[in-house]
Amino acid sequence: MRLICPLCGERDLREFVYRGAAVLLQRPAPEAGAAAFLDYLVTRDNPAGPNAELWQHEGGCRAWLRVVRDTRDHDVLEVALAPGLAR
Amino acid sequence: MSRLASGGQIDRSRDLDVLFDGRQLVAHPGDTLASALLANGIRLVGRSFKYHRPRGILAAGSEEPNALVTIGHHAARIPNVRATMQEAHDGLVAFSQNRWPTLGLDLMAVNDLASPFLGAGFYYKTFMWPAAFWERLYEPLIRRAAGLGRLDTAPDRDLHEKAFAFCDLLVIGAGPAGLMAALTAGRAGARVILADEDFRLGGRLNAERLEVGGQPGAAWAAAAVAELAAMPNLRLMPRTTVTGAYDGGTYGALERVSEHVGLPPEHAPRNAFWRIVARRAVLASGAIERPLAFPDNDRPGIMLAGALRAYLNRWSVAPGRRAVVFTDNDDGWRTARDLADAGVEVAALVDSREDVALPEGPWRGHAGAAITGTRGRRGLKAVRLRDRAGESWIEADCLAVSGGWNPALHLSCHMNGRPDWDAAIAAFVPAAGAVPGLAAAGAAAGAFSTRAALSGGVAAAAAALADLGMAAPPVEIPEAEDAPTRIVPLWRVRGAKGRAWLDFQNDVTVKDVALAARENFASVEHMKRYTTLGMATDQGKTSGVAGLAVLAELTGRGIAATGTTTFRPPYTPVPIAALGAGGAGQGLAPQRFLPAHDAIAEAGAAFVEAGLWYRPSHYPAPGESGWRPACDREAGFVRNAVGICDVTTLGKIDVQGPDAAEFLDRVYANTISTLATGRVRYGLMLREDGFVMDDGTAARLGEMHFLLTTTTAAAGQVMAHLEFCAQCLWPELDVAVLSVTEHWAQVAVAGPRSRDLVNDILARPVSDADFPFMACGEAAVAGVAGRLFRISFSGEHAYEIAVPAGHGAALYERLVAGAAARGGGAYGLEALNVLRIEKGLLTHAELHGRTTAEDLGLGRMIATAKDCIGKVNAARPALKGAGREQLVGLAPLDPAGRLLAGAHLVALGADPLAENDLGYLTSACHSPTLGHDIALGFLRDGRARRGAVLRAVCRLRDRDTACRVVPLPFVDPEGGRLRG
Repeated sequence: MRLICPLCGERDLREFVYRGAAVLLQRPAPEAGAAAFLDYLVTRDNPAGPNAELWQHEGGCRAWLRVVRDTRDHDVLEVALAPGLAR
Repeated sequence: MSRLASGGQIDRSRDLDVLFDGRQLVAHPGDTLASALLANGIRLVGRSFKYHRPRGILAAGSEEPNALVTIGHHAARIPNVRATMQEAHDGLVAFSQNRWPTLGLDLMAVNDLASPFLGAGFYYKTFMWPAAFWERLYEPLIRRAAGLGRLDTAPDRDLHEKAFAFCDLLVIGAGPAGLMAALTAGRAGARVILADEDFRLGGRLNAERLEVGGQPGAAWAAAAVAELAAMPNLRLMPRTTVTGAYDGGTYGALERVSEHVGLPPEHAPRNAFWRIVARRAVLASGAIERPLAFPDNDRPGIMLAGALRAYLNRWSVAPGRRAVVFTDNDDGWRTARDLADAGVEVAALVDSREDVALPEGPWRGHAGAAITGTRGRRGLKAVRLRDRAGESWIEADCLAVSGGWNPALHLSCHMNGRPDWDAAIAAFVPAAGAVPGLAAAGAAAGAFSTRAALSGGVAAAAAALADLGMAAPPVEIPEAEDAPTRIVPLWRVRGAKGRAWLDFQNDVTVKDVALAARENFASVEHMKRYTTLGMATDQGKTSGVAGLAVLAELTGRGIAATGTTTFRPPYTPVPIAALGAGGAGQGLAPQRFLPAHDAIAEAGAAFVEAGLWYRPSHYPAPGESGWRPACDREAGFVRNAVGICDVTTLGKIDVQGPDAAEFLDRVYANTISTLATGRVRYGLMLREDGFVMDDGTAARLGEMHFLLTTTTAAAGQVMAHLEFCAQCLWPELDVAVLSVTEHWAQVAVAGPRSRDLVNDILARPVSDADFPFMACGEAAVAGVAGRLFRISFSGEHAYEIAVPAGHGAALYERLVAGAAARGGGAYGLEALNVLRIEKGLLTHAELHGRTTAEDLGLGRMIATAKDCIGKVNAARPALKGAGREQLVGLAPLDPAGRLLAGAHLVALGADPLAENDLGYLTSACHSPTLGHDIALGFLRDGRARRGAVLRAVCRLRDRDTACRVVPLPFVDPEGGRLRG
């Protein structure tokens, strides 16, 4: 599998590390309560199809990336920088 | 069998020194081991997997199921090499395998007599009872009997290589379709890789007597290859099998770099495993001929019709004196013609089709006929013909069989694609789009004529070029035969008694498939596993389609509905040595060395691996035995004088920006923003789930500049976490984080004489008043701009000095010399560990991912006035309150008692069983300061059990020690030594 890092270009999978669902980008406000945080941490969709994920270009520029990948065939539909880098 | 007088693509002017089972063969450059064996009249080359049946050469390519041999001696020997893929070379030594004592007399052939009992499912039915016999008797017995060649257990001394390549178009196979595809894309200027598993490019053009563009096919192919070789944008990769198709246009390929030479050039690897990234690929892998299933169809001398033509035309070998051809399609006729033209007597052309007009020739034609049996134990002697006149025996030492051709579509299925059944050619063809970016052409796409292959190659390349936005040049398609594919598939000969083989390599017969169907292993995947058809290295190249066709027939389903089994990578076996090239020995993992590594090694330190780092564990002195005396002595340096330790392995993270303080408040459980410039604070980081991630220090070097330290073990994790927080969670914060672990060497100077020692090398000496405990700042160190921290991991008055990494070794050596002059010296990881346990300080033995701040007695560090990562979840009821295991100190009742990390705690009178478990020890050592063992551990409601007496039981090392829960730290609880 290959990913196109917006900063470095197309690279082999082995430069990247999968870090979880892109849901992790939406951290609840501190006052949202325990249930919201539990959802944030552990409740996940398991789609057969496009899935938004977080990857890190660990062996490259170290950017965190939001990747939309089709779980059925590993087709990578979208790669975007994490919001802090995209500014 | 012998070499014909002339012809062939071999160099008769040179003889090669080739041995098979000790027998000298006459072989020439251009020969394979298989062609050399046949040219020397050797038909029997191996024994079958299960029944140890005598077997000969069936095929001429990588689909060969029978002729597996061992090449070479001892550690360099390679088992299960296909004789058809091994090039002959000077010094080639080959051995037959799976026979004992000799190939001619194999005692295991007794299995063949027992065959009625050894059918499919035999293992599952036979070795059921008694259960206890499985491990001790049955499995060892089966393991000894099973398998083909044997590996040598000595280490592999050969070189192997990994390599990477990128291209616009990867062309897999260099037959007529592949050559035309490469020519088309190459002339367009695309970066092209043309890979073929053969050493001579041209595919079937080298095996047939067909004309292309008015010249012999082999000559046309040679000219095409010459044109390609001259293109700077095109890479020819002969001897390279593309073994797998993976996501993102990535292909695996095995190049046999020096399997074809006796003595490889110096530094040349034996094999190279390539990862090829191709924007587009053309699968021009050709087709594989199917054998026919009739009784005793596995004797040496029975050969695929197309393979026989290859031996005749390419290698100039007549594989017999009197031949019979048995076919269910027009292509088999070519073999009769080529044999006759080469002067081999063709006794009969047998065609299973009823209404077919057989070609005229010097043979007797039998339409609507079949071969129903054979004779000849170690080589074919006669075949039984059944035609309209009845049954008769025909003397023959060679039988050519053709059951039609299967496109070699395996790669198109590697990403879970399923092929389509094409009834017109009675074969599966690759499904379009099964591998993104890959298109099949020529015989691999089911287009079997030469002309169709040539034009298919052009079309596939043109489509790929269009996809890539490149213009395809006009390419003239040469004239060539364009015969239609005419076949009435004969999956098995009916009404004939005896075992008819489908899978030669795994010894699977029609009867086995029938048994599977009868016992309801009727799904093709179940049938495969029950019978082993299409398993192992062969992957059903010659057997797969016939096997499932027979199953379809027996179950009354169509072939399309029955479907194929899953083709998986690799297409042909890949040595683990090639896949793991460079990973043996120290190649397994990178090594990280301290700046002072050489000085530490020179001092005679024993090293210990900490992650990828190599750190000194202790420094043995003359006369000391084991690590303990050294450890005690080194701990004494720190407690009584001054000790030096290279602590560069600690993670160091530079945090800068206007919002750096706010950022750190959010990632640390405690407050950092209130820290004054020039001060250091202990910091605790939580994971979002509320458990402790890591601890360390935060030093404020400036208003907007912090330097964090992490533990060695968590340096990578903490860095990634901070990057996540900065990039993903709080993009509004203006902060930058950077790992500077490698940039700074850091040395700990610890002990009551540490201040005197650091003042020796500081440009501006420090005093306790202006540089108290937890102070930090810039410091000129022996003329180098460095940093000084007054922090301690030993409970002693201590400093850590940081200098740019290049100066680390010099700093370390100078400090060690100074320490020695003051009655101290270097200390290693063992002493460091003892010192921190004595002070109750934590490492990842305690911060093991299941402990909370509360468990560690650090609950009050979670600041109430601000949010931080993990704060909400740390407040979950289950992570607080009664019943949790809390950090405690433990000491044995008897000062001689031993405590061991990993021991479990139970009440004094309780049995050491899981239901009585109260906790466990995480760190333990002998305290030279106190003179007895001490330990850190987690004990249920431990803080309320101070003074309690418990058993610490370690079953692994058979220790059972009564111990008492004691307050932490063990040494200097008031901290006077630390601050003073």
